[in-house]
Amino acid sequence: MSTQSVPRQFPVAINLPQRATATRGPVPVGRAHGLAIPKVGLSEICLSYRTQSGERLQALTGINLDVRAGEFLCIVGPSGCGKSTLLHLIAGLQVPTSGQILVDGIPIQGPGTDRIMIFQDHGLFPWLTVGQNVEFGMKMKGLPKAERREKTQHYLHLVHLGKFENSYIHQLSGGMRQRVAIARALATEPDVLLMDEPFAALDAQTRDLLHDELERIWRNTGRTIIFVTHNVREAVRLGDRVVLLTFRPGRVKSEFPITLPRPRSLEDPTVTLAARAVLDELRDDINRSLDAEYSAGIKPRIEPGVSA
Amino acid sequence: MKRAMRYIIFYAGLLGLWILLTELKIWPPYLFPTPWGVAESLYAGFADHSYWIAIRVSMQRVLIGYGISVLLGMVLGLGVASNKFLEETMGGLLVSLQSLPSICWWPLALLWFGLSQNAILFVVVMGSLLSVTLAMEDGRKQMPKIFGQAGRNLGAKGFKLFWYVLLPASLPFIVSGLKQGWAFAWRSLITAEMLYLSLGLGQVLMMGRDLNDMSAVIAVMLLIIALGYIVDGIVFKGMERRLQNKWGLAPAN
Repeated sequence: MSTQSVPRQFPVAINLPQRATATRGPVPVGRAHGLAIPKVGLSEICLSYRTQSGERLQALTGINLDVRAGEFLCIVGPSGCGKSTLLHLIAGLQVPTSGQILVDGIPIQGPGTDRIMIFQDHGLFPWLTVGQNVEFGMKMKGLPKAERREKTQHYLHLVHLGKFENSYIHQLSGGMRQRVAIARALATEPDVLLMDEPFAALDAQTRDLLHDELERIWRNTGRTIIFVTHNVREAVRLGDRVVLLTFRPGRVKSEFPITLPRPRSLEDPTVTLAARAVLDELRDDINRSLDAEYSAGIKPRIEPGVSA
Repeated sequence: MKRAMRYIIFYAGLLGLWILLTELKIWPPYLFPTPWGVAESLYAGFADHSYWIAIRVSMQRVLIGYGISVLLGMVLGLGVASNKFLEETMGGLLVSLQSLPSICWWPLALLWFGLSQNAILFVVVMGSLLSVTLAMEDGRKQMPKIFGQAGRNLGAKGFKLFWYVLLPASLPFIVSGLKQGWAFAWRSLITAEMLYLSLGLGQVLMMGRDLNDMSAVIAVMLLIIALGYIVDGIVFKGMERRLQNKWGLAPAN
């Protein structure tokens, strides 16, 4: 059990035991890191688009967020809050309606290999072997073949897939595919990894294993990770900080620094408790998201006290 | 093995029926040639090299014409698929043009290119271009968006993005269109070749007609079918099999 002394600042009326460690930052969202230039800086990001029926939909509004170099940031929100869209914006695959995205203080110009995305359905290329997939970004960069080979080997071993270099993607299990995707992303040596619910489609055991591996890789490589998930416990288990987005339009609602000692496990009671505090904050937005999804009839509601 | 047996039985039966009909002598052999007559024509045609030459000339033409179609069709198809204006305007035109038999272009082709190989090539291109274009457009739309996103994300853009990502990603969706384009190219070629002294298979077939040698006509028809079948079986079946192995798709029988 963790015995860290952490200021208790829970605005929510739940009985959290002393050892709970999630805190709600009192500082303005995302501006807590002094004068150092953040690795990724979002300022006043808004995104709206026209739906098929012609109405204007405000997807994201006024998002301000700074991500420290080497930070593991988790973004949580109900489905439809635009958290995936936010990652697409940072990756440069989409352009915000207004606002600025800075990497090392410089505005981004479209996609760049300093920011690599890992998609939920992995986005690996089925016409290439595992090795060729990992090599792809380096090939686009024009690295010499010998160097590509060597790095491909290195990163495949890092995700424990050294033996599968010549397999095709469809021959691998879901967890192995996600590991290839991680290796492919790391091989371009990006500063920032953007992970879009990468483990959502995996079974629980595989996901636990990949949590451990991701935490290990993050510690060994020192990359900045922005990890999007709808799973609050996953966010608390992995993140240095958890940022909550509201449901449509997506806005930063609040943020929770997570100071629990690492390595963590999804089963740690401290993780559960911290997750509960986050979930309490999120409940209204989840319900609004559910209301929007179930326009009529039975509306399952998440009641207070139900854990994530 | 069972399948091979079924093939043998079927084709033996067909041949038997042919022999039976010729043996009954309902029609004279110049109207209804015998299998032996056709076999003799085939042998003679290969022996005096005229079939070899015809095959070489026709294959060369269809490869050039089809090649042009594929290149042009890819550019056109991609253009139509990625531009809303083009899609709304040209998309409909392309579909309606497909109902036009390519040989309808022959009079114009003659006028523009004269009695030359280029006139034939033009008809071949017009015959297969539409299938390839429509297939490419469709493939580009069916292709999961994530491949393009992942490609751009990993630093591919412009021609590299097309060549290393968009093209291979859409291949499973365009292979049937490419195959159809090939069949149309082959048919258009033979039709066009029948219309003038062109040295190709079409002309050899017409020569059989001019000499009232129906055995030769049927011999060339068999050649045309065989060549079409071989290209389909070797090139396209091979391509489909490779795609299935890589993508892990179930074989489409």
